[in-house]
Amino acid sequence: MREGAGLALHDVTVRHHGPFGPVTAVDGVSLEVPGGRTVGLVGESGSGKSTLARAVVGLDSPSAGRITVGGREYRRRRAADRRRLGQQVQLVFQDPDTALDPRMTVRQSLAESAGAFVRLDRRSREQRIGGLLELVGLDAGCADRVPGRLSGGQRQRVAVARALAVDPAVLIADEVTSALDVSVRAALLTMLRDLQRRMGFAMLFISHDLAAVRHVSDVVAVMYLGRVVETASTENLLRSPRHPYTRTLLSAVPSLHAGRRPAGEPLLPAEVPDPASPPAGCRFHPRCPVGPNRRPGREVCAVRDPQQEAAGQPHRAACHFPYRADDGSPHAGGVHRGANGDRAPRTPGSLPS
Amino acid sequence: MVPSSLRPAAPRAAGRSGASRSGWASPLGATTLVMLGTLAVPAVAGAVLWRTAADRPDPSAVLRGPTAEHLLGTDRLGRDLLARLLAATWPSLLPAVAATLLGAAAGITLGALTAVVGGRARRLLGALINLLLAFPALLVAMFFAALFGAGADGAVCALAVACAPGFARITQTLAATVAGTDFMAAARVLGLRRHRLLLRHVLPHIAEPLVLNTTVAAGSALVALSGLSFLGLGAQPPSYDWGLLLSQGLDRIYTEPLPAVAPGIAIAFAAVAFQLLGEVLAGAAARRARPRQPEEPTAHPARAGRPAAADHVLEVEDLRVVLPATDRVVRPVRGVTLALRRGEMVGLVGESGSGKSLTALAIADLLPDGARATWGTHRFLGADAGSSSRGERRRRLATGMAMIFQNPASAFNPSLRIGTQMTEAVRAHHGTPRAQAVEQALAALQRVALPGGRRLLRSRPFQLSGGQRQRVAIAAASMMRPALIVADEPTTALDVTVQRQIMDLLRRIRRDDATAILFISHDIALVADACDRVLVMYGGTIVENLPARELAAGARHPYTRMLVASVPDLAADRDRPLRTIEGGPPDPCATAPGCPFHDRCPHRLDRCAVESPVLSPLGPEHEVACWGPLPPAPFRGQRVTEAAATEAAETGMTETDVTETDVVEKEEAEK
Repeated sequence: MREGAGLALHDVTVRHHGPFGPVTAVDGVSLEVPGGRTVGLVGESGSGKSTLARAVVGLDSPSAGRITVGGREYRRRRAADRRRLGQQVQLVFQDPDTALDPRMTVRQSLAESAGAFVRLDRRSREQRIGGLLELVGLDAGCADRVPGRLSGGQRQRVAVARALAVDPAVLIADEVTSALDVSVRAALLTMLRDLQRRMGFAMLFISHDLAAVRHVSDVVAVMYLGRVVETASTENLLRSPRHPYTRTLLSAVPSLHAGRRPAGEPLLPAEVPDPASPPAGCRFHPRCPVGPNRRPGREVCAVRDPQQEAAGQPHRAACHFPYRADDGSPHAGGVHRGANGDRAPRTPGSLPS
Repeated sequence: MVPSSLRPAAPRAAGRSGASRSGWASPLGATTLVMLGTLAVPAVAGAVLWRTAADRPDPSAVLRGPTAEHLLGTDRLGRDLLARLLAATWPSLLPAVAATLLGAAAGITLGALTAVVGGRARRLLGALINLLLAFPALLVAMFFAALFGAGADGAVCALAVACAPGFARITQTLAATVAGTDFMAAARVLGLRRHRLLLRHVLPHIAEPLVLNTTVAAGSALVALSGLSFLGLGAQPPSYDWGLLLSQGLDRIYTEPLPAVAPGIAIAFAAVAFQLLGEVLAGAAARRARPRQPEEPTAHPARAGRPAAADHVLEVEDLRVVLPATDRVVRPVRGVTLALRRGEMVGLVGESGSGKSLTALAIADLLPDGARATWGTHRFLGADAGSSSRGERRRRLATGMAMIFQNPASAFNPSLRIGTQMTEAVRAHHGTPRAQAVEQALAALQRVALPGGRRLLRSRPFQLSGGQRQRVAIAAASMMRPALIVADEPTTALDVTVQRQIMDLLRRIRRDDATAILFISHDIALVADACDRVLVMYGGTIVENLPARELAAGARHPYTRMLVASVPDLAADRDRPLRTIEGGPPDPCATAPGCPFHDRCPHRLDRCAVESPVLSPLGPEHEVACWGPLPPAPFRGQRVTEAAATEAAETGMTETDVTETDVVEKEEAEK
């Protein structure tokens, strides 16, 4: 495992030029993905997850903050630096249908990637392509097909192989499973975990599928309107979410085993605010189930930004009135936890007695 | 000058007979070939055959009209005009083609560059192209022709400069579609250099429409060049082209029309030939992607249907769909039988390619062109679809059934206001007056908890978020008070919190109006959560029909069982590896008999490969299409290590550590 080879974001802000003025898609995000570990990034569409991913790989440039890979900052304005960044960070896209050039065979795509930073002769290139295909569990016969002749799952595997061909220190997986079928999804998630164990890259796993995130991540960060509102170890975050938004998100996920969810009141009353003019104070306050609109006396939420939280805490929640750790999560409750023997915490020390 | 070839991904409508004859064999293609041949002969042979005749002056026959000797007459030096016309073919066509190629090369380079350069340079280039486009092409050509000096070479350069901006703009537009793709982003992340991006990724994708475009532009260039010559800015005597001949003929058009008309006809003829060539090429390109008609219109003998059950909204028996493909026949739906009771919410789950969406489209009579559906019985609201005319059927479907699609962005016409689109159906089918329809629409919006009222009705689809659009779609669907709503993956494109809103809305509509809902999804957790009954589809057939509450633990078909086990779940054990299903989905073209799942099934029997199982009852409200359905699974979470182990062994899933995990769990529980 490559220690210190991970990705770190310090106060990263990315602005877009929207049609009606600048939009701050990512606002002061700090995040750390150590080598060999996976950080899951969840949030609704428009929360800035994908913009963050694009900023990390250099497709967008942050207007403020620093992004370091392996402790080194890359200036995105310089072509040579950008190339060096590409050698360190790779991105796998959401839609395998468009992520591969439809006119290039798998072999050509992989060759392009494998030869992007190192010069390979014909034989070693063929070897490398064979090795990559094996790595992602595809047989060599796939090499001469164009993406159109592959299934969605196979295409996504090729996309992963292309990203890993440069042996990156950081892999960004941007919604890699959302276009895939359930059975294929499981195989891809398992494969990503295995590959990480073998190759030791740091992974930023972006998804709106909380179950998938839970399956691969060590730490989960929740984004809302450009900000990270809660960061915690996967187990802690899912068992005892402290931010109201995380709670809402978790309770909206249908579960096959947790029993039927009663049809209740609408979850989030208001619409998602326009990212171009986010609400003052806590950005979640207009929709918050325990915020000033529901509970009088919590006007501070509409005024003061809870973002200024002491960093370095293991479980960070940007909220003035966070839930306490022992409140229990909507999903850790009664039914399945007892009956099902839900997963025991990873460290024996924190075993509930 | 903008031809139909300007669509890189031209709408590839499934084959309609008649429209598919657009290759060289069609009348248009043949005409084009003949016209091009007619041009080619004098172009190649002209200089050799008629040069002498064209240049030989005859002082005895100056400015003659048409005679037997000189079919078109002679010019003021007594030279034969027909010979001059034919000999001028090459000098007229070559500069036109050259100017087009030069202009295209410059324009395409300029336009394609916009796809690979950085932000600021891209904006500058775009502005430059816009600026150049702002000048009328012919004016630019005349300006540059004057600047470069009169003469054929100057005219060619001037015309190239004039047509370059057009090419640049088209290329820019086409390249922008490529530049935005993920594979270009991936190539950029790989740090590929610009010229490689351009040559490997951008140009190959836009080559086809550009070639077609260039062909058509050559026709326009010919006309423009002739114009320049006509104005005296092109070919200079003693050299000559059609434009100059036209100009010379024009001086005496009132006495002898033919010397002016003939070069005009030649110019028009050649220009039309180029245009037609472009059309034929575009047609051929579109045809390449168009599937063929299926050879066998599988007429299915309509069975004497059973009497309609009273509370059934929809009954479909043995539904089959056949799709044409380039070289084979695809059968995505192979005998689906389903029935929905009033007020029932039924989930139809399956992976992509299982035929679930086509089943829905076939039920709604919305199959894409070329696809054919046959059925044993198709009864909607008690009326047999087979016994009614197409118009009658459509009318009944239009008033009794509503459809909600996956992508709320494309389900609405972007240019029409929400109000117009919402009230369209009631006004057309119920004859509701406008004001009343608007009131109904407002009530429907209130029902889906969309604020804004009349303001919302006046807005256009793009002003709404995806979740809002889907809610408008549901509101519009519920306005007709349909007996059945078919919802095809209505929440797939939306976030979980919005998804929950949508699901709650559908449930409410079902409860309030007793609307039956056929809910199609690939998300089995969602289906189990929302529906009463679940139909599991695989390989174009329904393999299991069971109550939704039994899905998690009571599935009996091996496929359903494996599908359930492969779902990552917030409540399931995280360290237990997800189970995967080995192998791939069945080939939708295959005609082999047997169970579609047999080659991936760990429990297959000899019988499974040769005989297709039919959906048969297994218990109350539980049907399964399997020769050897699995025994009911032990209750989930029951700590019977042996039972779990046998289950794992039975289902043959790619997992080995069930026993270990369970033992660990057991130990922990004892602690």
